[in-house]
Amino acid sequence: MSLELIGITKRFGELVANDAIDLKVGDGEILAILGENGAGKSTLMNIVYGLLRPDSGEIKVDGKVVAITEPNDALASGIGMVHQHFMLIPVFTVLENIILGHEETSQFGKLNLTQAREKLLSLAANFGFEIDPDAIIEDLPVGVQQRVEILKALMYDAKVLILDEPTAVLTPQETDELIEVIKRLRTQGTSIIFISHKLREVKALADRITVIRRGKVVATADPSASQEELASLMVGRPVNLVPDKTSHEIGEKVLEVSGLTVSDPTGRALVSNISFDVRAGEILAVAGVQGNGQSELAQALLNLEDHVNGSIKLGTQEVVGLSVRHTLDAGIAYIPESRELDGLISSFSIADNLILDTHREKPYSRGILISDSAVESDAEVKVKEFDIRALSISDPASSLSGGNKQKVVLARELSRPLKLLVACQPTRGLDVGSIEFVHERILAERDAGRAVLLFSTELDEVLALADRIAVMYAGKILEIVDAQVTREKLGLLMAGISQ
Amino acid sequence: MKKFLDRVLGTALLPALSFVMAFFISGFVIALSDSKVLKLIHSPGKFITTALSTVGNAYLALFQGSIYDPNLARGKGFLQGLYPLSETIVTATPLILTGLAVALAFQSGLFNIGAQGQFIFGAISASYVGFHFIMNPILHVFLGLLAGVVAAALWAGFVGLLKARTGAHEVIVTIMMNYIAGFFILWILKTTAFLRPHRIDPIAPEVNISARLPHLAGANFRLHAGILISLLAAYFVWWLLNRTTIGFRFRAVGANAAAAKTAGISVGAVTISTMALCGALAGLGGAVHVLGSEYALTADIAGSFGFDAITVALLGRAKPLGTVFAALLFGALRTGGRTMQSNTTTPLDIVLVIQALIVLFIAAPALVRFVFRIKNLKTQDAMTSKGWNG
Repeated sequence: MSLELIGITKRFGELVANDAIDLKVGDGEILAILGENGAGKSTLMNIVYGLLRPDSGEIKVDGKVVAITEPNDALASGIGMVHQHFMLIPVFTVLENIILGHEETSQFGKLNLTQAREKLLSLAANFGFEIDPDAIIEDLPVGVQQRVEILKALMYDAKVLILDEPTAVLTPQETDELIEVIKRLRTQGTSIIFISHKLREVKALADRITVIRRGKVVATADPSASQEELASLMVGRPVNLVPDKTSHEIGEKVLEVSGLTVSDPTGRALVSNISFDVRAGEILAVAGVQGNGQSELAQALLNLEDHVNGSIKLGTQEVVGLSVRHTLDAGIAYIPESRELDGLISSFSIADNLILDTHREKPYSRGILISDSAVESDAEVKVKEFDIRALSISDPASSLSGGNKQKVVLARELSRPLKLLVACQPTRGLDVGSIEFVHERILAERDAGRAVLLFSTELDEVLALADRIAVMYAGKILEIVDAQVTREKLGLLMAGISQ
Repeated sequence: MKKFLDRVLGTALLPALSFVMAFFISGFVIALSDSKVLKLIHSPGKFITTALSTVGNAYLALFQGSIYDPNLARGKGFLQGLYPLSETIVTATPLILTGLAVALAFQSGLFNIGAQGQFIFGAISASYVGFHFIMNPILHVFLGLLAGVVAAALWAGFVGLLKARTGAHEVIVTIMMNYIAGFFILWILKTTAFLRPHRIDPIAPEVNISARLPHLAGANFRLHAGILISLLAAYFVWWLLNRTTIGFRFRAVGANAAAAKTAGISVGAVTISTMALCGALAGLGGAVHVLGSEYALTADIAGSFGFDAITVALLGRAKPLGTVFAALLFGALRTGGRTMQSNTTTPLDIVLVIQALIVLFIAAPALVRFVFRIKNLKTQDAMTSKGWNG
């Protein structure tokens, strides 16, 4: 089945999210749509799936114009979608989730699952999936949950499958498996639209690549194009994907963690008995699949966790037990995992966000009085220095784009006297341009002789920045390896396999 | 200056429109609940004119009872006609302070339901200092007020301490503490310390002359210096929130406690100090009420000042200036309502209908937006919904 979009335009007020977009995916073809956050990829796919209606343009399936006004129309036309955030009910079984919305009942309204079960099992066998129809969704690993989503689309005869950022939540191994699954779907004649901003995957998978920038199709590229070429098409200017990293002297121990255990209120250890150190001028990356204790470790360094045992030494100073404020004052900069939740106060102005931690200090305040003029002039300086794109420093932080929000956090955290930078997922959800900026800043801190502890689930980021890599699995550091480690070895470690 | 005006108009628009809609709808309630009007339902012409005049009379009485009454002015001069306004202000004075006690808590992300109990403790303490001692008037007034402030600050600070230490939710705790305060005052009024000599009814002696707040407009008006204290307190709250590092932390915790904590602000310290300050404000309200207009402590000294405070703070959008205006409005509705009840066939309960409708519209800005076709109405949905989940 082929799907063709002709002149799709969608406006949100002033913003043109999709500007006369044409694209086509042929029978059994994998089309990758590449674009930065906010380029209009998701809007376009939501239009195809009937979640949004275009202002103009038409959608053709096998050459015939179809009207898609809601997801059911899309399903009827053979278009299925796997969303970035799964649309599954965690407490239901696999089978129950799959029949959701298509329930067949026998007498007295009893659910009839037999037919659906047979169809599911034969479909899964067909693709070589191992799946237990009676498993509860929340007990399954994310990669398997995603397969359930894919199977759900296939159950209802999707001939064109849209995958929205499908690898965002997967481990490297799961990503490889997904790529295999997608290739198998192709050989069986399913057309795939694969949305991503990860260049490596796009290159590995796509038959054709359509690049979208600011709502327009700017190029159609061949998968043989280099990553740099694709990135510059996506951003609209040359980009430096691998930051320039110079080798230099590594100094003395700045952070020394020994025997650190972090528990939840019930006493279950989330981080168990971890020891490592970070030296001045060194980036230690903590890699691992989300949810293996990295967040808790990072929070414990800031004394944001309540149940902590062990020792964290910054230089010679013991940090465990200090208040958050004194921990920060000891010389730690902290870039939290979620800038919206922990990094910024979205209703506060940019200027106020820049002094969240230093508002007690001169010149921002005298006694208990805040000095607006000092706060403002300081904000003006930082906005320039960190290239924060904002109309005014008195605009609320919520008005900023993701990249600029992160720059505000960086500007605030890097302006104190520092010994150690703790950066958690510092580029998550950012566009290529901002990622470049954040990476440069982190390297600059390292080159200035600060110790850097980088928490990241992105292998590319870890490999590009780290001097050493600690892999966390199930609350423990499995191994600390050299930065020259292979991706394969790292992937295995992240899956908990150390030898 | 223009920017300031824009901002005030922007935030005042929703309350103002809610006010207009509440009066409009209450008009129907007044007309349709009047038996005289309902009898005429079969002759549409008369029905409409009678309905309009009934509503008109009711609202006129409301105005006369709260702002200016020409009947009182007759023969006694214009100023005497302003007696209702003086009454409105007297009623609004404690309400401003309790309203501030709720508004300030909102700013720190706390929902202070306990203004009632805090008010009661302020009133008890001020009353005791007021009738038990005789001293220099300035010192006596000061000590009376101070006693109210301190007692209520401790009372409410305890709630903050509980929340900071154990996570006990302030809504539950303050509600329960209101009950304690309510029964405590019943008990204490029966103790010998508070009974009048040779009497057994639960009413404390009047506070001594030296402890009374001075009248501002002569002996004919009850208007007293409490209103100045209230306005000063409102200014203080504004200053604290917007000009000081303490207020910065309050607002930071109120807007995003997780981010504030990550930036090194102690959420527990903010919770405790906010609750103590809120208690101080509500306690000051109780003290002012006793020393300014009531003089004698009774079991229902607090009326519904502490509960109306929640509505007032919501209506004032948790801003000090807004709270002052909202409290004045509520004071006017309450005093005017009494005149309306005695001069017309419209019952006092209509005032409650109006108050309830105002709150309803404020809580449902989409409704106001729809009726007036406004796109960018400033809303603070976080304010009413927050505090419950923390």
